[in-house]
Amino acid sequence: MGVELIRGDNFVTARLADVVNWARKSSLWPFPFGTACCGIEMMSTLASRYDMARFGAEAVRFSPRQADLLIVAGTICNKMAPVLKRIYDQMSQPKWVIAMGACASCGGIFDNYTVVQGIDQIIPVDMYVPGCPPSPQALMYSFTKIQGLVQSGQGLSLDPMPEAVPSVPV
Amino acid sequence: MNSAAISAKVAGAIPGACVEALEFQGQTTLQVRRESLKEVLAFLRDDPDILMNQLLDVTAVDYPARADRFDVVYILASIREDGLAPVRVRIKTRIPDGAALPSVTDLWRSADWGERECFDMFGIRFEGHPNLKRILNPDNFYGYPLRKTFPLRGERDPAFLEYKETEPA
Repeated sequence: MGVELIRGDNFVTARLADVVNWARKSSLWPFPFGTACCGIEMMSTLASRYDMARFGAEAVRFSPRQADLLIVAGTICNKMAPVLKRIYDQMSQPKWVIAMGACASCGGIFDNYTVVQGIDQIIPVDMYVPGCPPSPQALMYSFTKIQGLVQSGQGLSLDPMPEAVPSVPV
Repeated sequence: MNSAAISAKVAGAIPGACVEALEFQGQTTLQVRRESLKEVLAFLRDDPDILMNQLLDVTAVDYPARADRFDVVYILASIREDGLAPVRVRIKTRIPDGAALPSVTDLWRSADWGERECFDMFGIRFEGHPNLKRILNPDNFYGYPLRKTFPLRGERDPAFLEYKETEPA
């Protein structure tokens, strides 16, 4: 973090961005988008046995406007896709997305006409968690990786929008 | 009441309606002609000895090679007030692709969603249904997924991801 002690222990210097990011990563508020069995594992991760509160993420928000981490836990079908897109758009910047489990990451076993083949077709995804469903440890690991992104000021929602590419060559 | 007794009653009340009666593993199935389907269903509901007062499901089976392509299946149950075990009976009728059946929503309200699912997944129309639109797939979906000729992966049209609910007509 680049914290320095000067003149004994009376002054601390640090970059403001580092302090803000440290505060941000230690109080990520997740939005639980649980649509299938991964949602049960996510609930388990949030509950007392695994206790996401240890990472400062116990304040689960059911309003996207109050959340900064979207955990998509479960199968997303075509009919749910616009809902997920709108939820993501309603979250305020900066925001991060975890695709939890095989279904959210790539459609999983559902190679059929109803299921979105990975939510990255709709929204940007910062972290993919493999598993069907992933264990709570896997979700917590991805959460700590997200914390690393937050601390270093990275995230797909922070990236500049890619320049529009003309679809017809001129 | 077994299949023979039920089909005998149906045949007595509506001559020529019942094509075949089957009893298999204790399950009763009647195959009826399409023209007299609704008459038979109304009779089964109202006859005091049979009294099929509940429609459990409306579904269909696709036989793509057959001229009358679809079996439409009505699963009826009789919830008895005398404490006896409920009696179930399945009514099957065959229709070709593109044909329509009369809706039975006026006999059982539970036919509403079953017929909509049948329409959504097989493309079978039910005349007289109050709100015959897709129930499971998005409104802008095209094709009928439970037909055996439907490709498993579907069209994967990106427009499906932009689904907006349409107002009922």
